[in-house]
Amino acid sequence: MKLDPKVPSGPLESKWSNYLRDVKLVSPNNKRKYKIIVVGTGLAGASAAASLAELGYEVETFTILDSARRAHSIAAQGGINAAKNYQNDGDSVWRLFYDTIKGGDYRSREANVYRLAENSNRIIDQAVAQGVPFGREYGGLLDNRSFGGAQVSRTFYSRGQTGQQLLLGAYQAMMRMVHTGKIKSYTRHEMLDLVVVDGVARGIITRDLVSGEIKRHEAHAVVLCTGGYGNVFYLSTNAKNSNVTAAWRCHKRGATFANPCFVQIHPTCIPVSGDYQSKLTLMSESLRNDGRVWVPRKKNDDRHPNDIPEDERYYYLEERYPSFGNLVPRDVASRNAKLVTDEGLGVGDSGLAVYLDFRDAIKRDGEETIRARYGNLFDMYENISDENPYKQPMRIFPAVHYTMGGLWVDYDLMSNIPGLFVAGEANFSDHGANRLGASALMQGLSDGYFIIPYTMGSYLADADLPNVDTDHDAFKEAADDSKNQLDRLLNINGNKTVIEFHRELGKIMWDKVGISRSKEGLEEAISEIRALREDFWQNVRVPGEANYYNKYLEFAARVADYFELAELMAIDAIDRGESCGCHLRDEYQTEEGEAIRNDKDFAFVSAYEYLGVNGKLETKLHKEDLNFEFVELKQRSYK
Amino acid sequence: MSTMTINLKVWRQKNTADSGGFQDYKLNGVSEHMSFLEMLDVLNEQLIKEGKDPVEFDHDCREGICGSCNMVINGRAHGPKRLTAACQLHMREYSDGDTIVIEPPRAKAFPIIRDLVVDRSAFDRIIEAGGYVSVKTGAAPEANLIPVEQDVSNTAFDYATCIGCGACVAACPNSSASLFTGAKVAHLNSLPQGEPERKRRTVAMVEQMEKEGFGDCSNYAECEAVCPVGISISSIAKMRKDYVKAVFS
Repeated sequence: MKLDPKVPSGPLESKWSNYLRDVKLVSPNNKRKYKIIVVGTGLAGASAAASLAELGYEVETFTILDSARRAHSIAAQGGINAAKNYQNDGDSVWRLFYDTIKGGDYRSREANVYRLAENSNRIIDQAVAQGVPFGREYGGLLDNRSFGGAQVSRTFYSRGQTGQQLLLGAYQAMMRMVHTGKIKSYTRHEMLDLVVVDGVARGIITRDLVSGEIKRHEAHAVVLCTGGYGNVFYLSTNAKNSNVTAAWRCHKRGATFANPCFVQIHPTCIPVSGDYQSKLTLMSESLRNDGRVWVPRKKNDDRHPNDIPEDERYYYLEERYPSFGNLVPRDVASRNAKLVTDEGLGVGDSGLAVYLDFRDAIKRDGEETIRARYGNLFDMYENISDENPYKQPMRIFPAVHYTMGGLWVDYDLMSNIPGLFVAGEANFSDHGANRLGASALMQGLSDGYFIIPYTMGSYLADADLPNVDTDHDAFKEAADDSKNQLDRLLNINGNKTVIEFHRELGKIMWDKVGISRSKEGLEEAISEIRALREDFWQNVRVPGEANYYNKYLEFAARVADYFELAELMAIDAIDRGESCGCHLRDEYQTEEGEAIRNDKDFAFVSAYEYLGVNGKLETKLHKEDLNFEFVELKQRSYK
Repeated sequence: MSTMTINLKVWRQKNTADSGGFQDYKLNGVSEHMSFLEMLDVLNEQLIKEGKDPVEFDHDCREGICGSCNMVINGRAHGPKRLTAACQLHMREYSDGDTIVIEPPRAKAFPIIRDLVVDRSAFDRIIEAGGYVSVKTGAAPEANLIPVEQDVSNTAFDYATCIGCGACVAACPNSSASLFTGAKVAHLNSLPQGEPERKRRTVAMVEQMEKEGFGDCSNYAECEAVCPVGISISSIAKMRKDYVKAVFS
């Protein structure tokens, strides 16, 4: 298998415009003859579905939730980047591109990232026209805030609910097209398999989550926008229903999975409070604009934080990284939180937390100003922790948040299976080994509004797609597989619940495939994952039956996929014998704990082909070399 | 850490056709730091181990933003705490030995699917009828060409923050969806971008709301009291004003 990224030739600045100049088009009369399935209705899915339907394609959307509006994009808080340079602080498309590729520690494709930066401004225009209520200045023009990893202020925001407002904008655009009949929306439907006919993606198998019915849907192309796989860790900031199943089933049908070990651990989350914990809550990175991160200088200092004098506070990010201070990128902030807590300086009952303190900002700007900026986040914190962050510092700790890895795609956002496109967090494309804050919303919408609609036309104009119907053997086989797997899960009737298994898997992943990783620990993780997977298939207890609404059956099938993905993540983390971005290998770091990247041997995308699971996961590694023609590879420094 | 014993009365219903009824459960070892939904997770683990069917309820983000959860707790949508969705409610609101009654939101337009899970697709159809600005991808002008007064933008945001959970419907004696519909109407109608479609949007959404079987608003304001994100009933006033203007102009 040769993975061809199909990057257009020419200077960086003109690759996308040249692509658009030369791209083949489908005539308006012919567009209605094509049916496109969009799976997932978050930012990428809803925006792609709306845009494709506006062009005239027949679109079918699928979401596991009861409405497209509930996709987990809704929970994104802080903002969305764009290179508008409204602040006159020297921003440009080039700088946004450069910050993003550097922030990703040079493990992403130059051409894709540049296109993302180019599209950023149009996203803001589109959202404003839809009525998305961004924060504004007194003069009525758009306001910006700063985010980590950048020295310009380029983040647009709607208080602490930017994801919600952008998603509702895309959802409303999608519902407008549902109203016209160009989109047929299926809610509470879960994709269980991809149907590949003669090597080409031609449809999907779903389960109607209300009736349990297994259904077959044919199409000319499939766009997968099903988000990331952070829930493999059990505890993460992802919503409870976020899962890898749709992407993993595509992987099992031949789509390669790229950089699975690149997982972003977000530095500012509310710490774990007990064994019953079901998920972790993020506190937006935007808080680091005004909050100062610190721990007591003395170990086991049990004084109230407000009683610890200034000179006994260790503002470790400000001291170690004077030029970026509290606004270092996420991977650096998370790793340092781990370092100080490993040294025994952590706070709170568990010792697994650091302070995020607004005392000085409130003194400087007043409580009202801080309330206007972060009011809902402070309320959320108080609600969960029962502590008032206006009066005492927040306690925060890193938590799994976002997965940069995902299905491999070329420049057209098409996987190695023709006709299967992958957009948003589900693909691996733009964030390299670390995503900068406020870039996920940008990527989801860039993919959905401004890339897929063009590249889809390019594919369909050239593709030779004979009619297939859902009686085809490939549909029957995939539908039978889906049904058999659910029956198998229901029939085990063991003595351990799905959640117990998931929690155990998550602990292995957090301890050994988390913030820092070692070869030894990863090898242990692999054997533990295999043993637990074996146990799962012998001893899991799934309640109820398949022919009605049964959430624990859904969970069981997703956890089954996590067991396979988990092993792939550990394999990839071993294969990548360097530290880069979020991937810190203990063996490859300086004495101060800074990552040592190895461009000579590892400037490539790891893309894994699935060969099967037989006690162990069988995979084959394919490499896409990353060629940097326009930026010079430098050791990242935020000092 | 001290723990509590909680008595639960939970609505169990197999499907839309089933008549359903309350079931009693006793739950030991409940920590005050648990969220309400984590308490239900613990109940479900217990039921699964006993070979019984777990209680089905909608939930997803557990951060109060997705609007999936919408159960009625001791007669109040989302439970006792103001401005708090059920997923953000914590067991510290309760005491050892308390009895908690949990039901689905009840409304003709929200048929029960199973236990606490209801079908809220009527909300999607109200948005479908007109809850958007008709702007095609790519047709937008430069963002700063449309200045919006800061106050106006803030007010629009306050309406736009609706999470679509349906608590307003559950709380309303008429099962009206006026707060939900009014919030979207008021969000878009407040902004210059929403102006060209103001009349058409208002009429279409109000008519769809009626068609779905929601009742009318008679100003009880129960909806505002239970709304987890504090949507004001001034949105309903705005919707009515715009409706009257649209119909009689």
